[in-house]
Order: sequence, then structure tokens, then C-alpha cells
Amino acid sequence: MNDHETTDHGTSTALVPAAGDGHDLLPASMIRDADQFENPGLPPHVHRAADDHPDAAKRAERQVATMFGLSMLATLVFLVSYFAIPDEATFFFPGIGVAKTQNVVLGLSLGFAIFLIGIGAVHWAKTLMSDEEIVEERHLQASTGEQRAKAVAMVTAGVESTQLTRRPVLKYTLGGALGLFALPLGLQVAGSLGPVNVEELKHTIWDPAENGGKPIRLMRDPEMTPIRFDEVTNGSVFHVMPETLQKHIDEGKHVLEAKAKAAVILIRLDPDKIKVQKAKDWGVDGVVAYSKICTHVGCAVGLYEQQTHHLLCPCHQSTFDLTEDCAVIFGPAKRPLPQLKITVDDAGYLVAPEGFHEPVGPSFWERAR
Amino acid sequence: MSTTDTRPADALRAGDRQADERASATKPLGGIAGWVDDRVGAAKGVSFLAKKVFPDHWSFMLGEIAMYSMIVCLLTGAFLTFWFVPSASQVVYDGSYIPLQGMTMSDAYRSTLDISFDIRGGLLIRQIHHWAALIFVVSVFVHMARVFFTGAFRKPREINWVFGTILSLLACIEGFAGYSLPDDLLSGTGIRAMNGFMQSAPVIGSYLSYFVFGGAFPGEAIIPRLYSAHVLLIPAILVGLFTAHILLVFVHKHTQYPGPGRTNNNVVGYPLLPVYIAKAGGFFFIVFGVITLISAVVTINPIWAYGPYDPSPITAGSQPDWYMGFADGALRLLPGFLEFETFGFTWSMNIFPGSLVLLPVMWTIIGAYPFVEAWVTGDKREHHLLDRPRNAPTRTAIGVAGITMYVVLFLAAGNDLMAIKLHLSINDITQTLRVLFFIGPPIAFWITKRICLSLQRADRQKVLHGRETGTIWRHADGKFEEIHAPLTPQERWVLVQHESPEPLQLTAGTDANGVDSPIARKERLRAKFSNFYFRDRVAPATPSELEAAHHEHDDHAAAPSGEHEAIEAGGAGRERETIKARKHD
Amino acid sequence: MNALAARRRHPAAIAVLLLIGLLVTGGAYSFLAPKDANAAAPTAAADAVSEGKDLFVANCASCHGINAQGTKSGPSLVGVGAASVDFQVGTGRMPLAGPNVQAPVNKVKFDDEQIAALAAYVASLGPGPSVPESKWTTVLEPGTPENNKAIAEGGEIFRVNCAMCHNFAGAGGALTRGKYAPALDQTTPKHIYEAMVSGPQSMPVFNDTNLTPEAKQKVISYLKAQESQTNVGGLTLGNLGPVSEGLFAWVFALGILIGCAVWLGKKAA
Repeated sequence: MNDHETTDHGTSTALVPAAGDGHDLLPASMIRDADQFENPGLPPHVHRAADDHPDAAKRAERQVATMFGLSMLATLVFLVSYFAIPDEATFFFPGIGVAKTQNVVLGLSLGFAIFLIGIGAVHWAKTLMSDEEIVEERHLQASTGEQRAKAVAMVTAGVESTQLTRRPVLKYTLGGALGLFALPLGLQVAGSLGPVNVEELKHTIWDPAENGGKPIRLMRDPEMTPIRFDEVTNGSVFHVMPETLQKHIDEGKHVLEAKAKAAVILIRLDPDKIKVQKAKDWGVDGVVAYSKICTHVGCAVGLYEQQTHHLLCPCHQSTFDLTEDCAVIFGPAKRPLPQLKITVDDAGYLVAPEGFHEPVGPSFWERAR
Repeated sequence: MSTTDTRPADALRAGDRQADERASATKPLGGIAGWVDDRVGAAKGVSFLAKKVFPDHWSFMLGEIAMYSMIVCLLTGAFLTFWFVPSASQVVYDGSYIPLQGMTMSDAYRSTLDISFDIRGGLLIRQIHHWAALIFVVSVFVHMARVFFTGAFRKPREINWVFGTILSLLACIEGFAGYSLPDDLLSGTGIRAMNGFMQSAPVIGSYLSYFVFGGAFPGEAIIPRLYSAHVLLIPAILVGLFTAHILLVFVHKHTQYPGPGRTNNNVVGYPLLPVYIAKAGGFFFIVFGVITLISAVVTINPIWAYGPYDPSPITAGSQPDWYMGFADGALRLLPGFLEFETFGFTWSMNIFPGSLVLLPVMWTIIGAYPFVEAWVTGDKREHHLLDRPRNAPTRTAIGVAGITMYVVLFLAAGNDLMAIKLHLSINDITQTLRVLFFIGPPIAFWITKRICLSLQRADRQKVLHGRETGTIWRHADGKFEEIHAPLTPQERWVLVQHESPEPLQLTAGTDANGVDSPIARKERLRAKFSNFYFRDRVAPATPSELEAAHHEHDDHAAAPSGEHEAIEAGGAGRERETIKARKHD
Repeated sequence: MNALAARRRHPAAIAVLLLIGLLVTGGAYSFLAPKDANAAAPTAAADAVSEGKDLFVANCASCHGINAQGTKSGPSLVGVGAASVDFQVGTGRMPLAGPNVQAPVNKVKFDDEQIAALAAYVASLGPGPSVPESKWTTVLEPGTPENNKAIAEGGEIFRVNCAMCHNFAGAGGALTRGKYAPALDQTTPKHIYEAMVSGPQSMPVFNDTNLTPEAKQKVISYLKAQESQTNVGGLTLGNLGPVSEGLFAWVFALGILIGCAVWLGKKAA
């Protein structure tokens, strides 16, 4: 077919579909008129140094060969150092400091072995291979009307011979079967990914039921030692796990699942600073415990500022105010951190008698149900 | 591309050979090549491929950087699977990294530590894999920007644009899955946040989370599941789509930048054999080599320093890899009051839009853009010559506005590091970015469009008055003048070759046959869009204007300075802006 | 000059200009930036308390009050202990150079003797944490099995109690409204210990019942082990996590690769 099909719009260069549909909205300015510059054609070919001077070509050849040669050398260095450099060897590498010899030497030698092949090949192509540009003609992507008609005829004939058009019941049953057969596969995946236990999202191991109904001691994380009330001085922060976690640790399972909802932060501040009566009541003389799991997406909210009494989440900067019962004062979280009610047991240790009164961690659809 | 006879533009230079003429040698095929051809007829394909022409331009290599870094990822990834154990079961570490000895950790983390410390060269491979992954996604995005700003997505390449869009989304997901695998404190926190994202989905959130994690977070299922997605499922789709992407490039032949001798009907460049084999093949080694050199001297993702994942600890500066940064940034900017409850059900609109909605919406908009623009312009022709971004001011401005929006979200993800490194308040940064998200894109749009139009005017100026030489002449009467050198036809062509569409006009209610044609609402909308796109235009200079400018130049040599007049939007006739003499004229 | 003028339009001109500008700025900064003072050898004074009081009245009383009872511009120092003074003054945070969201590390303005005197005076005002015994601030060197274990445990304690503010590698992190947790790599073991017991500024207190002296020593040993440890993978990019890695990929890796691509697409001479 003709690549330079002249169209109605008088633009010889525009490729327009063969079956030109009347798009009358082509703006007038897209039609080129006589008062326009003409394509001056390819500029004259400029010779490279290596095209005209055998010396330059020789030099280019030497350069390329040198790069390939150095690449081989670098490979050799890699092979030798793989065996020669002990695992623990270190040396001072400017910019890095004390670096692991193995990683640096293996990396640099492999890197140069590869890089030099590339540089050599490209330099070769640029200096020695022909730099005469080639012109390739383009053709319309669309098939010609004739080809299209032929294809349509073939497909029609094919469909015809299946008798689909004459026997619609085949069409509908085939469609139904094909449409349905993916369902079992989908069901298998979706149905077996489970198990789903939404109620579990609302449950933590601070629940006294986990401890035979007895109040649960607050333990230091990660040492798992109990915390006495008088050990918590003003301005101090304890990262806390429940006593019940020890059982999971001993059994060696579901530690992280339990931890993911049980992390608590214990802080002592001047009781007069706490403005919410419930927060005061649930604590002991200014010692208060809150869930450490952010109500946004569940990162650990551990950044406590002693002077401002703000808790900051490092993931998305939700800021909670301890003096306001951990209400959100900045950032994307909506709900305050749930408070854990604590008291002191007879031995002077801090205990949580009731567990959390609301689900901890990020929101979910059924949270408030 | 304006002539009725295109031969001169397409013509080969004296001495140039038509690609087909190269097949003149008739040495019979023998040996292995002959054996293969006897069985598969490969010679036909070889001669087709060997003469494929590729235009030379650095920006065409951006896609190749993406392709090659993906290949590097596949290669090193296969190596890593030999040692990586995708299991969340708890083990006690006894490897050679002292600060973690005796710690309980997942097998996935232990095996990643072993790759880093106890397998010779393992750390290098791991670092190559991770750097290549970052560079892969970087180059995908830059390649995408190149295609967008040069209009390479126009017909017939819309399908390939959609393929590319899907590829870029998959690249991000693939990256996130890989980032999550080592089960260190940072990636574990990432998975923790991902669980929060899934829980935020209305109605199905909790189910989604339990399905994906196979029970309560974190469980033992997520690592193996992410692993099979990362090494099997997503790479298979990625490679399949990528093959289609490349095949379509072959089918369409590469686009080219406008220039003398380059038309919409040809492609000028170097043949695959030998020049492009050497250049593109060489470039693979360059990309691979650069990535390896970086991996030799720059640490990436020091998982040993993060420690094993545990839901209780966390590190300051918890961020995802950069390509997920914009979503993380969106979460940092969304205000908390968007969460609300109805009938006891929680709508986490402070999380859901930034996590689960943002990605599909953003990629849908990107994927749909070519179709929107084609509808607005009403242009159904094939386009193989690229636009210079300045010659499509509205598109360029839309692109920059979109990038601005993306960058605001992206910066938000680093607000804590900006705060500490620039000594600013994290709260102020967040508030500023919240405002910038809304006012930044319109400002960027306006500025970009003005810059594009100014550049177009500068092009006109250059065509009409020549290039500034930097040489100052003093006339006999003491007047100074900078000498302007006229452009060669080749230089000039680049500046005048483009189309400058006028907005679509819904003129009379009659069509060509004089029959009343009711103007549909759709067409009116289209005219509005078209007006938005093409209202401001600078038409390319014409020969008669050049002629006039020569005269004007002589007449107005001593004229006082003047400013450019406002550009007339396309109305009746073809009003051109008037360019008056500049100060030094 | 002519040659220079002819080249001003060279494509590399901007890059060269930029490079020169950066070098000049950087050079000027490193030349003009304030230098650190050397610390003097420690000695103890017998009449430390009275000397400390004199120093206090002259240097601190304007904010903390003549009897260290606190004023509107400075908190009471009764009961903060010697550890707090040694940390604040010993790291140059105090005397505060000017109003700021928090006191930054600064040039140390007193010698060790004077600091000890100040500390003795403040300690005499009320009971508070004292300057730690040197056995707790001695860094446990990796090598022996016990020390290795202690370092690993220190790492775990650090991640739970410290990393959320100071970052996994002690590189520091942001707090609210311009406050920050400083980087720990330049901090001496003694000052780290003192910060833990005294809870300076935004930092909470980690008293000896929360983190035992042994636990504190483990944390310090972990930090020092991590610092003195080989940079296994190479340049650490400030240990700031994926942000600096992404920045590096965009700026350097992409820059180098585009540079190669430009060279590849340019016609040979």
C-alpha cells in the first residue's frame, strides 16, 4: 500500500486510517497551508575522525580492546579474591570508613568486569561501526480495507460453521459454563485463605480470663520482670507486656500475634496534670497505662515527650496528649489510645484487673459493634 | 512534513543504502545456523530484525534502563531464592553477626542475615537485587514521564501506554512485596501498616486482613504468601506484559524526535545489526555494571541493624521504599477527623482513601489520559513524531501539575527526616504540605504553561531574528548591536515543524451538506475542553513572516524596546502574535 | 577571556559553574565553621560546692533562680542530681545560648573541674541521680561470649526503649513541633548513661529500677559495638532508612545512568 497516502486534508504526512471516518472536527490549524517551511531533508553526513583517519580508527580499536582486556582482568580479580579474601577481613575505604573487604573488592571487580564490557561495546559502536543513519519507511498500522474484509469473512465463516448463530442454546450454555467455571477456583482461594475471626480483633491477652480471672501483672518488655508501683518515678516510661505473655513465650507460639495487641506504655506524670477524671481514676497516683498500638494503622506509639506529655507515632505522626486521656491532637489518627486500668496488688506490683474496655489498634468495620 | 511531495524529506542521502539492499549477499547458510533455519525458518525473522531501525536519543534509553534493571533483578533474585527461607517460624540466631546472636527471630530474617554475613558474596547479590529494584522503579517512572511529555502515547500507541501503566503499578507492588520479605523491624512495621490499610476497607476490611494474613496479624502465612507473589505470580505477569510491551514497540517502530529528514512516515536511525545490538547490548552491561559498582560501596537496607520484627519496638523514620512513599505521605497528610461511625460501623476515611483507593485511582487516571486527550483533540491520525514538550503546553502543564501533586505526597512521607535535617517543625511541614497538595498543582500548571508558551515565543524569535552570536558590533554612529546569525534550514526546521492546533469551533448549525446538525451536549463539552487545551497558542513561524521580519529588522533597527503582545486565541483568521524588536535590536 | 566567552554556551558550562559554586560554598563553610574546643583533664576540687555555687550564681541563676528554685525561664534544679548537670553542661547544652525549642549540643563552656563543681553544688540542693560510676559506663567489647550476649540483649532493650525516637542506628529522629531526639554517635558513654537516668528535656527518665545499671551498660555497649562495627555493606547514607536510599537512587544512580545514555546517543567526534 501507499505510505504517502494523500488525504482529504491535503496533508501528505499524516497517517489517516484507510477507512477514513468523517471526523469533521479536525481543527483548521492542523491543515498545513502553503505558507510553511519545508522539511529540509537529512543533513549532510559528517564523517567521524575514525572514518577519515586510520590513526584515529586504530586508536579507537586500541581503546575498545583495552576496555575488554581490563574487563577480563577484573573478572580475574574477582575469581582470585573470592577465594583469597577471608570473610572477616576489613580495611579502610575512603568515604566508607572501615569496610568489609570482601563486599567491596568482589563488588568493584564484578562491577568493572561488567561495566567495561558495556563501555567497550558502545565505544566500538560509536567509533568504528557504520554511523550512516538508515531510513525505514513506516506503514499504517491498520490493515487495508481488503485485508479487513477478508478477516471478517473468515471469522464469519468460522462462526457460521460452528452453527452458533443458528443454535442459540449452544451460545448461552457455553457462555454460562465458561462464565461459571472460574467460580470454583476463585472460591477455593478465597474460601481457604481464612480463618476469619473478627471477634479476635477485639480481644487481647490483658483479659483476666487469660489469667484464670486474676489481675494481670505489668511486666517490663523485653526483660519480662514485674514492675513495682514505687519503681515508676515521675517522668519515666516503661514499655510493658502482660504477665500472660510469658505463657506464649514458654510455649513458643503466637508470641507476635499476642504482642501485636498487648503492647502497653506505662508513664508517670504529675497527677494534677491529668485533666480527665477517668484517666486519673484508671491510674495510680499519676501512673497511667495506655495501649502502645496506634489507632491509625497500628504502629507502636513509643515516642513520649516528658515535658509536653505528648506521645508521637513515628509512622504517620499522630500525636496523643497524655493529659487529655491520650486524645489525638495532631495527625491522621482519630481515636484516643485505649487506656488500661491499673491498680497495685498486695505485693506492691502494678496489675491490670480488667483488661481493655475497647478494641486496641487500628480501626475496622465492626470495631464499635 | 508540510510538502505535497515528501520525497526530498525522506530521501536517502547519496551513498546511504536502503535497508533492504543490504540483503544482497547470497552466501548459503551452513553449519548450525543452517540446521536451525531448516527446522524453524529463523532466517526470515533475522533479516526482519536485523534491519529494524532505532533512532538515537538518550531519553529513549530510559526504558532500556528499566528493562535491564528488571533483568538484573530477575537474575539476582533467582540467586537469592537458593538461600532465602520464606518462613515465619521462630528460630534462634547463631550466625556470625554478633549483636544479634542468641536472639529469637523468624527463619526468613535468619536466612537473610546468613545471606548478608555467612554466604560469600551473598551480601553483594542482595544489594545488587535491592539497588536494581529501586533503579528499576525509578527508571520506569522517568520513562513514563518521557513518553507522556513527548506525546508518544498517542495513536497508535495507546495500548502500549496502558501496558506500561500496568507494568509500573506491578513494579511498585512487586517492590513492596520484596521489601517486606526479610521480616526485619522496618519491613515488619510496613506489613503492620498494610494490615491497618486492609482493615480500613469498609465492610470487608477485617475479612480482607484475615484472608491475607491467614488469621491474626502477623501469623505465619504472610511471609510465604508474599514470597510466592514476589517470586512467581507478579514476576510472571510482569515478564509477560513486558514482552508484549516490547513486541508492540517492534510492531509500531520506534517514535522519533522531529528533525530534518524525520517525518511521520519514516524512522531514521541505526539498524539493530550491528549498531544497536552493540549499543543496546552494551548498555545492558553498563546498567548492570553501574548497579554492581553502587552495590559494592553503598549499603542498602541494612536489615541487620533494624533487628528482627517485633510489634512492640519501632524505629524513628519508619518509611517504605521510595515508590510507596507517596501513599505513605497521603496517610500522613489525611486528617484524623475523616473517620466516623454510622450505625456502629466504622468508616476509616482517614486511611482508606490514602491506602487502598489512591493507587488504583492514580493509575487509572494515568492509563486513561491518552483516550481523554484523543477525544479532546478529535485527532484520529497516527503520530510517530514526538512533540517537544513546549509545543504541547497544556499537556505538559497537566503532567507537571500531576507530578507536583505526587511530589507533595512523596515529600510528606519524609516529613520527619525533613524536620530533623532542616531543623523545622514536623507539624508545620505537614500543615504546609496539606495546603500545597491543593494549591501546588494549579500553580505548577499555570507556571509550566507560561514557560512553555514563552519557550515557543523564543523559538519564533529565534527563527525570525536568528541566533544570538554574542558578538557586539559598534556602528559608525556609536550604536551597539548584537549580531544575530540566521539559522540554517536544518536548525530552523526543528523550531517550525510542529502543529499548533486551534480550539475546536462549533461554528454554524449546518454541516457540509447544508443540513442542520443538532450539536450534541457532548460536542459542546468537547469544545470547552478543546478551548482549555488550545486557547493559548503560539503559532510556528512561517516563511512569509520570516520574510517580513527581515524587512522589519531593517526598518526598526533603532526602535525602542517593546514587549510581546498578548497571544490571540484562535478565532477567525490566523492572528499571529506580533514580535517587536528587542532591546538590543 | 575570549576563550571563556566562546565556551559560555557549552552544554557543560552550567554543570561546571554549579560545581565551582558548590566547591566554593563548601570550602568556605568548612573554613569558617566553628571548631570544637579541647576538653581539659579532669580534677576534683575540695571546696567544689562553694566554687560551684559561685559559678552557678554567675552563669545559671538568671534563668534557674539564685537558689536554683526555678523561674519562668528555667526549671527548678532541686533534686535533678549531679548526673543532669554533668550531662547538660558537659555536652554544652547549658548554659543555653538562646531561646530555642530545645537546647542543642554546643561548645562546652566550662572545664571538667568547673562542671564537677557545678554538679556538686546542684547535688547538694537535694537528692538526685549522681554521675555514674565508671564501671557502668565502660563499654563491653565484643569478643567474649558473655560480652556478645550482653551486646545482643542491649540491642533488644535499645529497640524497645530507645529506637522509636533515636532511630535503629542511633541516627536521631524528629519529635513534635521542631523538637528532636539527637543522634547518639558523638555522645560519650557517660553522657548516654546520664541522659538515661536524668531524662533531659523531652526525654523520659529511665531510672535504675526501669533499666538497671547493667541494662544501661548493655545498651551503651550495643550502641558502641554498632558504631565501631565494620560498614558491612559500604556507605551507610546516614543510616536514615529508605528515604536516603531513594534519594541516592534518584540522584546518583539515575544521574550516572543518564550520563551514560547521553554519551551513548552522542555522535563520536
